Amino acid sequence: MIELRNVSKMYPNGTKGLDQINLSFAKGEFVAIVGLSGAGKSTLLRSINRLHDISEGDILIGGSSITQAKGKQLRMIRRNIGMIFQSFNLVKRTSVLRNVLAGRVGYHSTLRTILGRFPEKDMNLAFGALDRVNIIEKAYSRADELSGGQQQRVAIARVLAQEAKIILADEPVASLDPLTTKQVMDDLKKINQELGITTIINLHYVDLARQYATRIVGLRAGRVVFDGPVSEATDEVFAEIYGRPIEKNELLGEQAV
Amino acid sequence: MSANAELKRPKAPGKLKHYLTAAIVLLLLWGSAIHTEATFGELIEGFPNMFDLLEEMFPPKWSYFDNIVGAMLETIRMALVGTTIGAIMAIPVALLCASNFAASWWIRHPVRFILNLIRTVPDLLLAAIFVAIFGLGPLPGILALSVFALGLIAKLTYEALETIDRGPLEAMTSVGANGIQRIIFAVIPQIQAHFMSFTLYTFEINVRAAAVLGLVGAGGIGHYYEVTLGFLEYDKTSVIIIFTLAVVLLIDYTSTKLREKLL
Amino acid sequence: MIKSWNHIIQKPKKNRYRWFIYLALAAVYIWAFAGVPFTGFKETAGQITKAIVTGIFTPDWDFVYLPEGEDLLRGLLETLAISVLGTFISTLLCIPFAFWAAVNMSRTKAVSGSGKMVLSFIRAIPEIILALMFIKAVGPGSFAGVLALGLHSVGMLGKLFADEVENMDNGPVEALVSAGANRLQILWFAVIPQVLPGFLSYTLYRFEINMRSAAILGVIGAGGIGTPLIFALSTRNWDRVGIILLGIVILITVVDMISGAIRKRLV
Repeated sequence: MIELRNVSKMYPNGTKGLDQINLSFAKGEFVAIVGLSGAGKSTLLRSINRLHDISEGDILIGGSSITQAKGKQLRMIRRNIGMIFQSFNLVKRTSVLRNVLAGRVGYHSTLRTILGRFPEKDMNLAFGALDRVNIIEKAYSRADELSGGQQQRVAIARVLAQEAKIILADEPVASLDPLTTKQVMDDLKKINQELGITTIINLHYVDLARQYATRIVGLRAGRVVFDGPVSEATDEVFAEIYGRPIEKNELLGEQAV
Repeated sequence: MSANAELKRPKAPGKLKHYLTAAIVLLLLWGSAIHTEATFGELIEGFPNMFDLLEEMFPPKWSYFDNIVGAMLETIRMALVGTTIGAIMAIPVALLCASNFAASWWIRHPVRFILNLIRTVPDLLLAAIFVAIFGLGPLPGILALSVFALGLIAKLTYEALETIDRGPLEAMTSVGANGIQRIIFAVIPQIQAHFMSFTLYTFEINVRAAAVLGLVGAGGIGHYYEVTLGFLEYDKTSVIIIFTLAVVLLIDYTSTKLREKLL
Repeated sequence: MIKSWNHIIQKPKKNRYRWFIYLALAAVYIWAFAGVPFTGFKETAGQITKAIVTGIFTPDWDFVYLPEGEDLLRGLLETLAISVLGTFISTLLCIPFAFWAAVNMSRTKAVSGSGKMVLSFIRAIPEIILALMFIKAVGPGSFAGVLALGLHSVGMLGKLFADEVENMDNGPVEALVSAGANRLQILWFAVIPQVLPGFLSYTLYRFEINMRSAAILGVIGAGGIGTPLIFALSTRNWDRVGIILLGIVILITVVDMISGAIRKRLV
C-alpha cells in the first residue's frame, strides 16, 4: 500500500531529517511511529503525502510514485490520504459542516466547490462522518465553539468524508487531556477496524502506542531503529529508541490505559 | 448508519441575515452609484484622456525642481512646527482625559468629547477656515496641522496612559513624592517611548497633509499644483509629484525605523 | 569618610553620538521655527473668528433643505456616496495587491517586497492630487472623487490586508493541501474564511477615513459637501459655513459610531 524506498531528507541547513528509510505498510495496518521529538517522526509522516519534499529515494502509494507526481496527479493521490494534525487545523470561524465538506474538495471541480454546490451524496457522507464521531448535533456550530477533543473529532470526520484509504495522524492527541485522548484514539482505532483504513500515527506516549497499534516503528535521528509487532516492543526496545530508559513523562499514566 | 445520521441531522440555520446584509450593501452601492453618476462608460470614455494626461506629464521638466525646493522646505517646516506644537499641547490634554489621572468625570468626558469633535474635521477644511481667518500663508496651515496633531496625539497618549503599570506610581507615593515628582519618576519613563512614537507617526501624516494644504492657500508645495495645472504645464506637475513622493517616502522610512527602535 | 562607588560600578557610557543627535535636532528646530513668517494676525482675524463662531451657533437652517437642490442634505449624501463607492472600488482593487505583498503567499521575498513597495508608492500620492488628475479624465464632479478615493485607498488597505494574510494560521492550508485541494480551493476554503473578518473590519475603518477625505474633495471640484463649503467661505457667508461644519461633524460622528459598532461585532 505504502512503500518508502531509500528515503532521505536533507534540510537546507545541512541537518539530516531522514536517513535511508525503507519501510512498507500493508492495507489495514495500525502503525505507531515513536521516537524522541526531533527524531524525524513528523518529517516522515509529512513526506508520505508530500507536505514535505524528500531529497532522495522514492515513495509509492498504491504502486504509483507520489515523489514524481505533479499537479492533478499529485492531488488525486493526496485525495486518498487523509491527515490529522496536532493542532486540528480547522478553519475556526466557519461551521463544523463546512470544515468537514472541505475534505470533499478534491472530488469536484473548482467552480462547483466554490459555489458550495456539494451533491447530496457528499452531504450524507459529511453527516455520516460526523455521526460516526458522535458530534452530528454540532454540525452548524462554529468550529471554535467546540472543545479541543471535539475539534479533533471534526478533523477525523473531515478525513472520513474525504473517503481516504490511508490516515496519517501527526501527534493527534498531544494537545488533549487524558480522557479526550482516549476517546480520540478509540475513534481512530474503530475506524481502522471497521473500515479497514490504513492508519499511521505519530505518538509521544509509549503506553498509547502499545495499547492501540498493531505495529511499532521506532525512529532515532532519522533512522529506523525498530520495526516490529507490538509484542516485540519491550521496555528494552523503547530504551534503545529513546537512547535511555523510558521516563515518566513518556507514559500517559494509568487512567487512560 | 446513513439512515440513522439522516434522523439526527440538525436543521440548517436560516440564511435570512446574510441575504438581508447583502441586500443592504447592494442597495447602498447602487444608490451611491446613481448619486455620484458613476458609470463604467464614462470611465472607459475618460481613459484616453487619462493617458493623454500621463503622456503630457512625461518626461518631467526637471529644471522646475529649482523653483519648488523652497516650497518643499516650507512644507516640511510646517509639518514639523505643527506637529511639535500639537504634541506639546497634547500632554496636558491627555492627562485630563486619562481616567487614572483626571479625578472627575466632569473634566474627563467633556475634554474627550471635544477631542472627538476635533478629529471629525478634516485637516484641509480646518486649513480653509484658518485661511479665512488669518489670511493666506503658512501660518493657517501650521495651525490646522497643530490642531490635527493635538487631536490624534492626545487620543493615542491618553489611551496609552490608561494602560500604564500602577506599581511604580504606588512606589513613588509610598516614598512621599508629590504629584509632579510622581509624574516625572513613575509616568514619564513608562510613556515616553510611546509618546515619541505617536508624535513621529503624526509627523508622517502631517507631512502628507502639508503637501496639499497649499490648495486652499495655506502654504507649502500644494500651491504649485494649482499653478502648474492651471497653466496646463503637466510636465512641471509631474516634477512636483515625484519630488513629494520622494520626500514622503524618505520621511516615512526614517520615521518607521526610528519608531521601531523606540518600541 | 564617604566611600566612592565609582570605582566599583562604572556608570555605563552613553552613546557617543547622543550629543550630535541632540545638536542636529536643535538645529532642525531652530531652522523650522525661525522660518515661520509670524507677521502677526490680520486685524480682521478676531472679527472673522467671532463671525464664524456666531455662525456655528446661529446656523443658516434654511440651507439644510432647498427644493431646487445644492443644499446641505444633498451635499452630505453625495459625500457619503463618494466614500461608499470609493471604498468599494479600493477593496476590490487591493485584494490582488494584498496577496502579492504578503510574505507567506509568494516563494521569494523579492516578490512580496516589490508588492509592498508599490503599495507605499500608491499611498504616498495624496487623494486630492489624484482627484485633480481624474478631473482631467472624467470631468469635474463626484465621479472623479470616487476614482481618486478608490485608487488612493488601495495603498493603505492593501498593506493592512497583506498583514492580515501574513498573520493567518497556516494549519488549515496544510489540511486542505493534504485533502488534495488545488490552489483556488485552498484559497476559498482555508484562506478567505480566516482573513475575511479582518478584511471587512479594515474596509470599514478605511470607510471612516474616506468620509473625511470625501468631505474635502469638493474644495477642488471633485464633488461632495466641500464645494458649497469653499463657496460659503469665499463669499463670507458665515452662517452657512456654520451649518455646513455642523453637518459634516454630525455625519462623520454618526458614520464613525455605526462603523465602530459593526467592527466590534466582527472581530
